[in-house]
Amino acid sequence: MTQVLEDNTVHLSNLAVALRHAPAEQPWLNKLRRESLGCLDANGFPTTRDEEWRFTNISPIVRTRFELASPQETDAGRQAVREYSFGEDASCELVLVNGHFAPKLSRVNRELPGIAVLSMAEALQKKPALIEQHLGRYATFDGNPFVALNNAMFRDGIVVHLGRGAMLKAPIHLLFVGSGGQRPVAAHPRVLVVAEDDAHASIVETYVGGGAGVYFTNAVTEIVAGDRTHLDHCRLQQEAASAYHVSFMRVQVGCDSRFISHAATIGGKLTRNDLQVMMNGQRSSATLNGLVLAGGEQHVDNHTLLHHEKANCPSHELYKHVLDGRATVIFKGKIFVQKDAQKTDSKQTSKSLLLSDDAMMESMPALEIYADDVKCTHGSTTGPVDEDMVFYLRSRGVGTQAARHLLTYAFAADITRRIKIEPVRRRIEDFMAAQHGLPQDLRITDLGEHDEAAL
Amino acid sequence: MALLEIRNLHAKVAHGDREILKGVNLAIETGEVHAIMGKNGSGKSTLSQVLMGRETYEVTQGEVLYKGRDLLELSAEERAREGIFLAFQYPVEIPGVSTSYFLKAAVNAVRKHRGEKELDAVQFLKLVKDKMALLRMDQSFMNRAVNEGFSGGEKKRNEIFQMAVMDPKLALMDETDSGLDIDALKVVAGGANSLRGPDRAILMVTHYQRLLNYIEPDYVHVMLDGRIVKSGGKSLALELEEKGYDWVEKEAAAGV
Repeated sequence: MTQVLEDNTVHLSNLAVALRHAPAEQPWLNKLRRESLGCLDANGFPTTRDEEWRFTNISPIVRTRFELASPQETDAGRQAVREYSFGEDASCELVLVNGHFAPKLSRVNRELPGIAVLSMAEALQKKPALIEQHLGRYATFDGNPFVALNNAMFRDGIVVHLGRGAMLKAPIHLLFVGSGGQRPVAAHPRVLVVAEDDAHASIVETYVGGGAGVYFTNAVTEIVAGDRTHLDHCRLQQEAASAYHVSFMRVQVGCDSRFISHAATIGGKLTRNDLQVMMNGQRSSATLNGLVLAGGEQHVDNHTLLHHEKANCPSHELYKHVLDGRATVIFKGKIFVQKDAQKTDSKQTSKSLLLSDDAMMESMPALEIYADDVKCTHGSTTGPVDEDMVFYLRSRGVGTQAARHLLTYAFAADITRRIKIEPVRRRIEDFMAAQHGLPQDLRITDLGEHDEAAL
Repeated sequence: MALLEIRNLHAKVAHGDREILKGVNLAIETGEVHAIMGKNGSGKSTLSQVLMGRETYEVTQGEVLYKGRDLLELSAEERAREGIFLAFQYPVEIPGVSTSYFLKAAVNAVRKHRGEKELDAVQFLKLVKDKMALLRMDQSFMNRAVNEGFSGGEKKRNEIFQMAVMDPKLALMDETDSGLDIDALKVVAGGANSLRGPDRAILMVTHYQRLLNYIEPDYVHVMLDGRIVKSGGKSLALELEEKGYDWVEKEAAAGV
């Protein structure tokens, strides 16, 4: 217990520093920060004795004396933008370096019809009512210690406001660059997306790292979507090998809407992602696709929640994991079906490929169903590369190693081919091709006209 | 010199004691078509797998010469590159890998081995076009994942299609007729027959005589309990169809 208190002190002292430098804030935000902090102070950070954190020991994060990074456009930031920019493929591109908006590295677009994409700091000035109405209302700090920490500490972030009927073809790209210097630094970026009725858009969050130092990203994203909205959300985490990454994302989906999430974790040392989708309106669909590529000593823990509140909503979830080296990967997928959510049609699949005997996969489906007329299925498979497939390829002249690489690539391609945002898909494919020594132009199958949710 | 010469071949399941092949002897010349017939469990499928280099079986005795070289020291991929092809009894589904990518990788692996230039997409398409027509396959087939969601007939057609594209010296066909209706059987047999020629040998393994009505073998062998116990011309197949395998068993028992 003493340890927990001391650990908190590290972060609390950070806050004292942060508050000293913080601009005067709206009273509601000040209240949110203080309440979050009070909650964190009272409850401490979780340990592996907490059910939700059983397999993920966060003590390296809690014990490291992270400093809050100051706003500066580092070389790492510039380098990352050169490397990860979508260029003309994005309708706009906003860059945060260590949790601070970097205007010079960003491509802000004020001309998007009915759409505003701004830094959190600017949004708090220009759209205070909108922010107050939504921020912190969905990602609740009680029971989510890293949300509490983000509430208390975030200095900046991004606000996306999609007006009624707004339509955007090219994706909005939010690029978060982490970079550790001489001493470990922490960043707590915050994203709020408000999609009014009938809005259609795609949003990409890319988390990358530069520099050799240790850093910690603690990101929180809240998305609230009205009725008849179509949102395609992509999250690519390709942090530096020394990085700690914790994220929490909560999505509120209205009626007759479609929400698609693609979440890929291919970087970082220790990662924990929580993704919660609340189906609050009838006849909406949700698709959650996930990909984890982990090797070495990487640890990745994905917790997802599909919460069916209302009737007639289908949801599809497919998470695929490739584990090499001594990687540890956890997938906990919960489907919660409320009493009124009749005719729910939910399918969850977790598939894991083990390339090494020393890797460890924990896959835990959890169904909680209170309605009586629903269809919910889940399945989980974990195993090495299929030797029958390897032999089939070898019998056609393909070498053993090449066959294994090809099958690994194909396993992951099942997810990547569903990603419609080309720069994200290309990045994952290039990463895999490089890792497995496959040709860069390798594109094994095209999705064609099939539904991306067809598992 | 025979293209393939099997001498006293013994094989067992790797990591097990059960011997399946108990002294197989067989010689195949280029240009010939051989059929091995036998009941389930006689070892005929095992023989084709062992010849292809499947490591789930372990050769314990005997030797196999292919083009005069020791075949058993080659890996499966080396055998394929040297011109051996196995049409699988149960073709494997490979989700995520399109047939065209798969086949191009295969063709180029062989070409590379022979010191030939790898084919680009256009050259490859030219190569496969005729073969697709031969097996009456639709163009869309190339974009589908290998065997994924294929019917039994489609899978077998795909095997013979691949065989046609790979242009092997020695084609092993393992129960190619199983699971085929008569129309599909005709298409598959037509494809296989078109591959008959003076530069190639075919070894078919089958339970039923039916396939042999469409692909007429030069030689028929009967396999029983891991050995070839009787060999003859194509009339032997008809005799088997008529009388069953019992008389061969009795004959073999009497001979011992």
